[in-house]
Amino acid sequence: MPNNIPLNAYLTIVRKETNRIFRIWSQTLLPPLITQSLYFLIFGAFIGSRVGLVEGVPYMSFIIPGLVMMAVIQNSFGNVVSSFFSAKFMRNVEEIMVSPTPNWVVLAGFTSGGIVRGVVTGFLVFLVSFVFARPTVAHPWAVFLFLLLTSTLFALAGFLNSIFAKKFDDISIFSTFVLVPLTYLGGVFYSIAQLPPFWQTVSKFNPILYMVDGFRYGFFGISAIPVWQSALLLLVVTAGLIITNLTLLHKGIGMRQ
Amino acid sequence: MDALKITGLRKTYAGGTVALSGVDLTVAEGDFFALLGANGAGKTTLINILVSLVTKTAGEVFVFGIDHEKDLDAAKAKIGVVPQEFNFSIFENVRDIVVTQGGYYGMSRKDAEARADVLLKDLGLWDKRDVASRTLSGGMKRRLMIARALVHEPKLLILDEPTAGVDVELRRGMWDYLRKLNAEGMTILLTTHYLEEVEQLCRNMTIIQRGVVVKSGSVHGLLAESDGRRYRLTLSSAPNDAQTKALAADEVNAAVAVFTLRSDETLDALFERVHGAGLRVLDVSHAENRVEELYLSTLAK
Repeated sequence: MPNNIPLNAYLTIVRKETNRIFRIWSQTLLPPLITQSLYFLIFGAFIGSRVGLVEGVPYMSFIIPGLVMMAVIQNSFGNVVSSFFSAKFMRNVEEIMVSPTPNWVVLAGFTSGGIVRGVVTGFLVFLVSFVFARPTVAHPWAVFLFLLLTSTLFALAGFLNSIFAKKFDDISIFSTFVLVPLTYLGGVFYSIAQLPPFWQTVSKFNPILYMVDGFRYGFFGISAIPVWQSALLLLVVTAGLIITNLTLLHKGIGMRQ
Repeated sequence: MDALKITGLRKTYAGGTVALSGVDLTVAEGDFFALLGANGAGKTTLINILVSLVTKTAGEVFVFGIDHEKDLDAAKAKIGVVPQEFNFSIFENVRDIVVTQGGYYGMSRKDAEARADVLLKDLGLWDKRDVASRTLSGGMKRRLMIARALVHEPKLLILDEPTAGVDVELRRGMWDYLRKLNAEGMTILLTTHYLEEVEQLCRNMTIIQRGVVVKSGSVHGLLAESDGRRYRLTLSSAPNDAQTKALAADEVNAAVAVFTLRSDETLDALFERVHGAGLRVLDVSHAENRVEELYLSTLAK
């Protein structure tokens, strides 16, 4: 039987992950749509109408890239962390572990699942934004690049979290205490140019700032940080996460006794 | 060629528990092999090392001549494993579980689907192919795990207590299926607590105790070597005290007496002893499974 292990195993994992996302759409796709719609309504429509222009853009339009990016971050991360940890917890990850599927294919497959959910959710939130504004896209390549880089980075982060997680509490700790604060402080609702110099410097240690800023450049052609700098930083962090995850998988940490 | 060759296999878990302390084991290609041992003897650890769920501390493993250390993925491709506990996703349907497993072994979706359909029909799961796995009965879940283990047509099938909790009729059906696979050339290694299973199915066996091999050889050879056979005789009536003394049975309970025969004693001699006591034999059966006797006497040594 002519077997192609890397390709067919990869397609199998991606298909399984994608089917899961659409099968339980009320848990995977609907909640971010409702949450982000509320943000659009409260911060954009109710409060935003009194804020005026931010960096020359109406506040309602200004927050669209940030809210799309917030959905991408939380969902690409959440998809991998819940799917891979559940597989570990219910032990059906053993189905892959006993097979000749290489570690890098396991990582690529689950990461791709996270990217699919991040991108689909981001696209749906973007569609919802048309109810409140008429968003324009100045540089589609930048939108696409930052969408891909961000969802990849957070899918990989979700994988790392689930490798170390031993119980369900462990998968919510990072999300609650690290991911959510960094997202809110990453310039989703404001421009860092509005902050005092000290807090501008502090903000630059937050990787989410670079994602939101680069993504916003794609929409409005304006950015607080040079776009190439943001893209490079995300590439470096992504590479670091790939290496870390593969090393842990190779050593069997959190997976093999 | 040996299907499996293990030398000096050791495993000490992180907490210091020693599960295997230097196991040597060889399973010939085409064999039907039993791995016996009490709970905690190290059987599951050994199997989990073969399929890389547990990392070994020391030792060598060769699967059809492939060095586990040098080419683990190629070695794993030869093995199909049926674990002791259910470990499939309870949310997926039966057919998807088997097809997906084929994908992990590199099969195209089309090939995996065709193979899954054959296996589900063979194992009596065809009518359940589209239901969620969690709704299956215990016996069906076992058969689903066998189908999943066979999807990539492994050369070595490993079953860790495959008939635990399976009713007698299903167990016999499973035995027939495993015999058929073995007759077609598949090497089978199983662990079980049903020692009748060993006598019915296996040609060779190994008993491990506390992480070391304590007995190894052919099932028939080991049975021939074993001391004493125990028989349960149903007598024409319950013996009185004098008859009981004349019978010299191990135990007497109403009209049922249990005897142990030495290897040089015949059943004829036993029957004559019963007749001499003025009783007749209405029925005779093995007091215990013979493998069970061998197993218990080996562990007691």
